[in-house]
This record gives sequence, C-alpha cells and structure tokens, in this order.
Amino acid sequence: MEHTLSLFVRSIFVDNMIFASFLGMCSYLAVSKNVKTSLGLGIAVTFVLLVTVPVDYLLQKYVLDESGIFGVDLTYLSFILFIAVIAGIVQLVEMIVERFSPSLYAALGIFLPLIAVNCAIMGASLFMQQRIQMDPATSSQAIGGIGDAFVYALSSGIGWILAIVGLAAIREKMAYTDVPRALQGLGITFITVGLMAIAFMCFSGLRI
Amino acid sequence: MSQLFSKANRQVFAAPLGIDNPVLVQVLGICSALAVTAKLEPAIVMGLSVTVITAFANVIISLIRKTIPLRIRIIIQLVVVATLVTIVSMVLKAFAYDVSVQLSVYVGLIITNCILMGRLEAFAMQNGPWPSFLDGVGSGLGYAYILVIIGAAREFFGAGTLLDITIIPGYPTNGMMVTPAMAMILLGCVVWAHRAILKEDTKK
Repeated sequence: MEHTLSLFVRSIFVDNMIFASFLGMCSYLAVSKNVKTSLGLGIAVTFVLLVTVPVDYLLQKYVLDESGIFGVDLTYLSFILFIAVIAGIVQLVEMIVERFSPSLYAALGIFLPLIAVNCAIMGASLFMQQRIQMDPATSSQAIGGIGDAFVYALSSGIGWILAIVGLAAIREKMAYTDVPRALQGLGITFITVGLMAIAFMCFSGLRI
Repeated sequence: MSQLFSKANRQVFAAPLGIDNPVLVQVLGICSALAVTAKLEPAIVMGLSVTVITAFANVIISLIRKTIPLRIRIIIQLVVVATLVTIVSMVLKAFAYDVSVQLSVYVGLIITNCILMGRLEAFAMQNGPWPSFLDGVGSGLGYAYILVIIGAAREFFGAGTLLDITIIPGYPTNGMMVTPAMAMILLGCVVWAHRAILKEDTKK
C-alpha cells in the first residue's frame, strides 16, 4: 500500500512525463492553446494509458519474458509488439467510445487517432518494461504487479493533464503580452515549459 | 545534395510556414531532441540513428506504396519503422553499449518520433524511392544538427567538456545545464535565434 501510494505521488510530481522525461511533447505543444481542448486531450491520453500499460505489462510478463509461455527471451520483439498493441487499442477505444458515448467521441474525436503516435503512450510502456526489473522493496519506481501498472498509468496520465492544462492556462494569459517578434509562438512556449519544469524540480526530493 | 534536397522539399510542400527544419519549424520530434542532449555523444548517435531510420523507412514505404491499402497504412508504416528501430537498437547494443544505456527508452521512442510518421505520410506515400531517400536523409540531418547544437551547448556549459575531452580545465560542474528545464529553455533560444536570423514571421 505504501509502495503504491509512493509510486502514485512520484509519477505525478517527480517523474512527470513532460517535465522529467519529455514524453508526448509534440501534441503537448500543438494542442495547449486553450484549456478546454487541452483537458480533452489529457483525458484521452490518460484513458489510452490506462488500457495500454496493463496490457503491455501482461504481454511483457507472460509472452515476451523468458519465464513466459514460450520459454524464450523475446524482449527484442517488444517495440513491434507494443506499437501494434497501442495502434490496435487506440482504434478499438475509438470505436467503443463512438458507439457508447457519441458526446465524448465528439469532444475527443480529433485527438484519439493521433494518440497512437503520441510518445507518452509508447514511453510509458517502455518505462514500465524497465521498471519491472526493479525491486519494489528498495525502489519506489518499481512496478511489481498489474495493480502497480494501473497506478503507474493513472498517475502518469494525471501528471500529463496537470502539465498540459497548466501550460494552456499560461498561454491563454500570454496572448495579451508583448513578446519579441521572433520569440513569439514556439520560442516563448519552450521557455515557459522550461520555467514550469524548474518549478516542478522542487518536488524532486519528495518521499512518502 | 542537402541544398538540392531542401529546395525540392519546399517545392513539394510549398508550405505556408516556409518549412526549413523539422524541429524548429514543424515542431516534430521534440521529445527525443530534449531528452538525449545532456551530452554531445548520445546526441550525435541519436541524430545518426534517426537519419538512417528515416531514410530507409522512406525508401521501403515508397517501394511498397502502391500496394498498401489506404485504411491500414498507419499500422503498416508503424511496423516498418518498428522493425528498423529494433535493428538499430540491437546494433547500438552490440557496438556502442554505453551510449545505448544512456539513450535508454529513447531509442524505442524513435518509433513514435513524429518526423518519421510525418515524412512517411507526406512524402514517401507519393514519391519514388530515390527522392524519398534524399528526403529522409535531409530531414534526419535537419533533426541531427539541432541535437548536436543543443548537446554541445549543454555539455560545454554543464561540464566544460566536449565529447568527454576537457576544454576548460577546472570548470566547476554546472548541474543546472543537465536538468530537463535548461534543455527546453535552450531549445527556446535556438528557435528564437533561428527565427530572428531567417526573419520569419510565423505565428504559431
């Protein structure tokens, strides 16, 4: 329980997807122009993370690993398998959402297909693959079971939402400021993200 | 060759933005551009890997472009890219193990590098193998040189070294340059300089 809580808090604040490992930067920069759409994208990303990370966890544990059903170390296939799973699940999630909640589909519609190539999703699976090998007793980053995989996916998603909504709010305000011409747009956005990352650095010693 | 290429590139896209650089103008492939540039060596290796993968993925997709069903093209592109990335990752592990440890998951993340998917969708699906190859090499190098600039700046100001060779003896280690935050601020400054020099007026 303690480990789970620690993993949860760490993944949101310390190992934040954006500020610590730059995952999902492309859509982060492209979609953070207003708070509402960025919240929609954040929820979509969290949603897909919640499905893909546990599925990839099971695949890694029971198919790719040496102790899995084939009894051979198939880790070198992980890139192909993970990306196929992600692309497939994104397609599936899109169809399910369209069928059962057209209003949510309309809100997320544009972002859902793009999420397949969002590095946050693939990155979370690859980090999960690394963290399986860590020891839960000594490292608060370790992922010991399917429950931890869920918690890791959820908290990474929350951290991502936090980052994108924060940036969107700042950019909305920044529309009224007088930024040097060449720095407008992308340049000042990067510097803002950098300053936000410095702010998040104060969490780096956080322990529970 | 790169001159020729960039002209052809502009003709193909005739983009309103004045496409010049995948990182600075099209805002593609930012994740890895920031994450692997704490030192110069991984930045160079990453840049070369992306160049090789983009070039060959472009060629392969361009060769089979007429047989790919339109509806499932994304998955086919992803599989081609994932295969190439797996090969590159194994080569790195075999011949440059230290660097591959430093790059960690970011080698795998080349799969989701938007430069690749962008080039495949926008160029390789419509053009022959040779122009696609040039396009891939050009885009990859455009990406690589930004990585090298940022990597060099961060290593030089962070530790006073370049490629682990001491340039300034007795330079105190500057931990700030190694943090993710400085990577973003530096990239912001590179974008600033790039736009100021090119006098570009893109509002994005």
